[in-house]
Amino acid sequence: MTIKKFMFVNRKAPYGTIYALESLEVVLIGAAFEQDVSMAFTDDGVYQLKKGQNTKAIGIKGFEKTYGALEDYDVTKLYVDQESLTARGLTAEDLCVPVEVVSRAELGKHMEAQDVVLSF
Amino acid sequence: MIFSILVNEGPYQHQASDTAFNFAKTVLSKGHTIFRVFFYHDGVNNGTRLTTPPQDDRNVIAKWTKLAQDSELDMVVCVAAAQRRGIVDEGEAKRNGKDATNLAPGFRISGLGQLIEAGIQSDRIVTFGD
Repeated sequence: MTIKKFMFVNRKAPYGTIYALESLEVVLIGAAFEQDVSMAFTDDGVYQLKKGQNTKAIGIKGFEKTYGALEDYDVTKLYVDQESLTARGLTAEDLCVPVEVVSRAELGKHMEAQDVVLSF
Repeated sequence: MIFSILVNEGPYQHQASDTAFNFAKTVLSKGHTIFRVFFYHDGVNNGTRLTTPPQDDRNVIAKWTKLAQDSELDMVVCVAAAQRRGIVDEGEAKRNGKDATNLAPGFRISGLGQLIEAGIQSDRIVTFGD
């Protein structure tokens, strides 16, 4: 099978809308199809990786653990936009998985190198 | 060029589906190919035949159905997203013990693998949504 470079760009906070959860579902299928998968987190999307999510009070199933399982699917290229992190008072230490924190210009270069960019 | 189209928002609430439709028609009129149109997130709501807009408004679903039939478009509604939102064909109704179906003609329900395949097989995949 042809292997293409897929990047999934996550722009939204995890529970206010379903985009983050359904994006994860596509990422896992992309990995199951043995594609070259990477993920980018920008804007409120950086909140998806925030450590210690507790969704009990809102009655919605939490999925922080799924990010931790990405490695098992060989999804290890996680790029986080530095400016988005800083604007929200976060650093890489606040995140639940190891990531590569990059500038917007670097993120742009990664995007340019992709065959398919899907934005959620 | 081979295109695929991803529609991520439902009809009427967002313009995304209308714009995707116009894009699809234009792509075909310019002699390009559409490998697949994939409906995800609330985009699956473009695939219910029960939609009844006011008579003086466009029928977004009927437009897609007609385009699929006229141009032999492959229009796929994501099964997981459809289950969440109550979009059901006969197979899904049987599997999940539902007493009704509402998938519009021209659409079919299938898995997310169809979206990844569209990415692999197409020169461009164009997303419409928020």
